[in-house]
Amino acid sequence: MSTSPAVLDVDGIAISFGGLKAVQGFSLKIPPRGLYGLIGPNGAGKTTCFNLLTGVYQPDSGAVRLEGVNLVGNKPHLIAAAGLSRTFQNIRLFGELSVLDNVKLGCHLRGRHTLAGTILRTAAYTGQERAITDRSMELLRIFGLDGRAQEQARNLPYGDQRRLEIARALATEPRVLLLDEPAAGMNPQEKIELRGLIRQIRDRFNLAILLIEHDMGVVMNLCEHITVLNFGQVIAAGTPETVQNDPKVVEAYLGTE
Amino acid sequence: MKPLTEQSRTMSPAAWTVLPRMAWPLLAGLGIAILMQFAVGPSVSGFTSQIMLIAGINIIMAVSLTVVNGFTGQFSMGHAGFMAVGGYVAATLTYYGSIKMFGTADFAGGTISWTGSGENPGSIVGKGDYLFVISCLVGGVVSAIAGYVVGLPSLRLRGDYLAIVTLGFGEIVRVLLQGTNPQIQPWKAQEAAEVPFYKLATMLGGPMGFNLLPTYTTLFWVYLFVVLTLIVCYRLKSSSSGRAFLSIREDEIASQAMGVDVTKYKVRAFVLASFFAGVAGGLYAMSIGAINAGDLGFQKSFDIIIMVVLGGMGSISGATVAAVVLTILPEFLRDPPPVWPLGLAFLVAVVLAQAVRKHWNIRTLAGIAVGTAILEGARLYCVSRGIDIASFRLILYALLLIAMMLLRPQGLLGVREVWELFGHRRPNPNPSPDPKPDAAPPSKGTSKATGNPTSKGGAS
Repeated sequence: MSTSPAVLDVDGIAISFGGLKAVQGFSLKIPPRGLYGLIGPNGAGKTTCFNLLTGVYQPDSGAVRLEGVNLVGNKPHLIAAAGLSRTFQNIRLFGELSVLDNVKLGCHLRGRHTLAGTILRTAAYTGQERAITDRSMELLRIFGLDGRAQEQARNLPYGDQRRLEIARALATEPRVLLLDEPAAGMNPQEKIELRGLIRQIRDRFNLAILLIEHDMGVVMNLCEHITVLNFGQVIAAGTPETVQNDPKVVEAYLGTE
Repeated sequence: MKPLTEQSRTMSPAAWTVLPRMAWPLLAGLGIAILMQFAVGPSVSGFTSQIMLIAGINIIMAVSLTVVNGFTGQFSMGHAGFMAVGGYVAATLTYYGSIKMFGTADFAGGTISWTGSGENPGSIVGKGDYLFVISCLVGGVVSAIAGYVVGLPSLRLRGDYLAIVTLGFGEIVRVLLQGTNPQIQPWKAQEAAEVPFYKLATMLGGPMGFNLLPTYTTLFWVYLFVVLTLIVCYRLKSSSSGRAFLSIREDEIASQAMGVDVTKYKVRAFVLASFFAGVAGGLYAMSIGAINAGDLGFQKSFDIIIMVVLGGMGSISGATVAAVVLTILPEFLRDPPPVWPLGLAFLVAVVLAQAVRKHWNIRTLAGIAVGTAILEGARLYCVSRGIDIASFRLILYALLLIAMMLLRPQGLLGVREVWELFGHRRPNPNPSPDPKPDAAPPSKGTSKATGNPTSKGGAS
């Protein structure tokens, strides 16, 4: 961890909502191509952490640096442009749009969109639109969704919707991908496939992944490093083995005698 | 993967190959406008062509509002305010501009804007036409600037709050325009020529309205702008910017997280819609030769919202159809013709559409049949008793809107366009790829709660 510089460096971010200290002093360093996990009981502040990282909430204190660039204080779209993309716990696809258009929207960020180009359909615009379609279809192919490209996103089965959300997030060309409970609502077979898929994504797109997950099978098997949150505080961090045997973690999940 | 910009460059077609695509809208617009002016216009009565004129202006208004209310899902209730801004600016420039430049406020156009009364001017496009078109465009630009000024702070608001702000804007515009000084009448053109322009810009007739404007608006000009509006809005919808608009409507948080500058796109939509509303205002003012802010208040904004809602939030063709129907409906109601042929035609069209999609919905069909029967019955009753239906027009609109909200809240077409109804984007090609969670055999025991489908049709 200390040998390679971290691609995502989170340094003691904190936020309170009124009197509730939702997250306190959350720190994490993710190296390039790292596969990190964030776990904790319900209400521990995991999704709040994601919201802090992606600019949905502004942290009261602390710093977030992506490849050395400070992210705190930026709006969500600028953070996405800096290279931090995410999926959502409760799937947030654009339901009325087609599957293909959902992924195309992910590509939006990397293009130039002038009003004149759009209205006149200039050569540059046409080329960009072709390129966007091309790479969107490629992404859909990776996720096995290319056969349903023209369907409305909301008509997809649940597991496909989760995968489509990942495809859309990847279309923004992130350096770090945040996955919020990617396995939620999947059956055991799908969960096994998902593990392979996440590794494949990491290797193919050469990015770091931080995932929130409740399914211990997925987390312990997949992640190289796990951070455990409880009541907004990091109670343990380390390899799956050390975390599993940490008495504080056992206590947080199972309670004391 | 290569960066998108680089890939785009390699995939760009040669510049000359896209020239036809860039140019055809203008040619199509000119063609349709010429057709309307010189073929359709002369063959119908003056009354009909006046209705067509108003229908065209309403199309521009409804389609431009679709960009805001339909695409981005923001609820603007002040669209008539932008029409008033554009209309008054265009009227001021045309009226006082004529006086300053030509010494009189009389009509100085060519055949293209000649409405058939008086002498036929010799040229096709007169000096007055240039002044008129430029005035309309300037009106559009000023209206767009107003849209920017209103939109930038207020588009951070959501839902009801934005509706209230835009409603307030519309009313402010109306009150300000009604508080302007009396207009200098055409027969005092000599006096007006002495007054500096910035003073003239405050002499807009106040509550009396801005009257006796030269009437340049003809079917040609209206339908030229109609076609341009339609093409611009459709190209927007089917582009990357359009996807950004729609994504904001679908889920603003997800849209932001995917890198869409939500505020920028909302403002863009708002500015664009204001521009077209401003142009429509100019066309409106110079069609009847008068513009009165009192007519462009909340009621007018609401009329346009009804068109957008009925047509379908986000459907350009839906808004167009609704604008035309709601423009001619009151005229039909004066002397209502039988409804059943229309109902029958609609029924046949829906049956055909359902047959193509192999998706039968008996409730819809029954609804159309019963609705037609009720309307026909009501018509026969009113005709036999000599009741004037036209006077119940507003009640009918309200009922129509309530029925629509209950039966089809997404509007007639939703986001889709008319041509997409016929099999283009089928919701589900093969009937049952995903079994319902509660239909799954309970013996499996592996998948509990959460309501996820247990198998996922063939994808991997």
